Amino acid sequence: MSAETATVPEVKKSEPLFSKKNKKLVSNPLDIDNPITVQVLGICSALAVTTQMKPAFIMALSLTVVTASSNVVISLMRNSIPPRIRIIVQLAVVSLWVTLVSMLLQAYVYDVAKQLSVFIGLIITNCIVMGRLEAFAMGNKPWPSFLDGIGNGLGYGLILMIIAFFRELLGGGSIFGYKVFAELGIPYQGNGLMLLPAGACVIVGIIIWVQRSINGYREH
Amino acid sequence: MENLISIGVRSIFVDNMIFAYFLGMCSYLAVSKKVSTAFGLGVAVVFVLGITVPINWLIQNYILNPGALAWLGDDFSTVDLGFLQFIIFIAVIAAMVQLTEMVVERFSPSLYGALGIFLPLIAVNCAILGGALFMVGRSYTLTEATVYGLGSGIGWLLAIVALAGVREKMRYSDVPAPLRGLGITFILVGLMSLGFLSFLGFSI
Repeated sequence: MSAETATVPEVKKSEPLFSKKNKKLVSNPLDIDNPITVQVLGICSALAVTTQMKPAFIMALSLTVVTASSNVVISLMRNSIPPRIRIIVQLAVVSLWVTLVSMLLQAYVYDVAKQLSVFIGLIITNCIVMGRLEAFAMGNKPWPSFLDGIGNGLGYGLILMIIAFFRELLGGGSIFGYKVFAELGIPYQGNGLMLLPAGACVIVGIIIWVQRSINGYREH
Repeated sequence: MENLISIGVRSIFVDNMIFAYFLGMCSYLAVSKKVSTAFGLGVAVVFVLGITVPINWLIQNYILNPGALAWLGDDFSTVDLGFLQFIIFIAVIAAMVQLTEMVVERFSPSLYGALGIFLPLIAVNCAILGGALFMVGRSYTLTEATVYGLGSGIGWLLAIVALAGVREKMRYSDVPAPLRGLGITFILVGLMSLGFLSFLGFSI
């Protein structure tokens, strides 16, 4: 404990607010350290809420808010949490934020909140939040932790929007509820498979394939 | 009785936690490399779901619902503690997972070693909290909730053992390098989910 507090001042004086290292915290999760396609976290909601783009967007936004704010809170508390009960403390902080977000959504965008049903509540058990708390916020200062939360939320959101784009376009022939094919006068029969869980899995598989072909990441 | 069988069968096959709702995917994808570890984790999930769903049912119906505290006296008959739902559910789940962890460590140290970090992570396995939240949404009775909890657990166990079996064989196939590992696993899950769709028209 004392060793950790001792190192704090020397880190403090050197870091500018948007140093190269801090920028990396935001940009890495978008590609080479993506929470969904590389870290394999938060898959459940990524597949379940992506039949349409609007709920997917709200979900990504909520998750970014929850991850960033819980990261900050846990990072502020990191030196006073006893290691044995840290999981419970983390869950308590996360569920506080999720309850807030859930109430906000029900107050302002009730129809979408209804559509997302249990999945807002399930942000508590979204592995991205817990994973980032455990892997990053427990050992870093509030500002980098905040950026890390934002970065991972955006990385998650990016993949979510790609999946939702293809599922809504191919499954329902629309984007954000706007009937693209009907407007262009192209007759298009919606592909029901895309709206089913199976379609989502295959799309994620293909996204991973494309991404890894480009950035050269390999698994053994 | 028929009703219970119907709920059991539905929760195992039709409303399968993995193939219909994608709950518990993280550990599902990460621990499904070997059949034996997959089976161990699956049993742990059945155990935790089977215990936490009825406990959370009791909490929901005797503490959290609007007016549920009426048994404490008339003063409490208008209290609505619904906003505490997430926090209390997750606390119950975390406590039960801790218990499971101790039981597994005591009786099967090898399984304990093999499951590693994923045993405590059952606490954040969405299937567990999802089971509790679905149970509330569908207003089951206590017996129905227990059957539903066990059924969903067994469905999850079935799904992870099946995927582990396929992945063990996959090791000998020639998959394109960028698709190897996670990518092909997702496509496999998609195909298995298609298979499970055939249970959709199934009713008892």
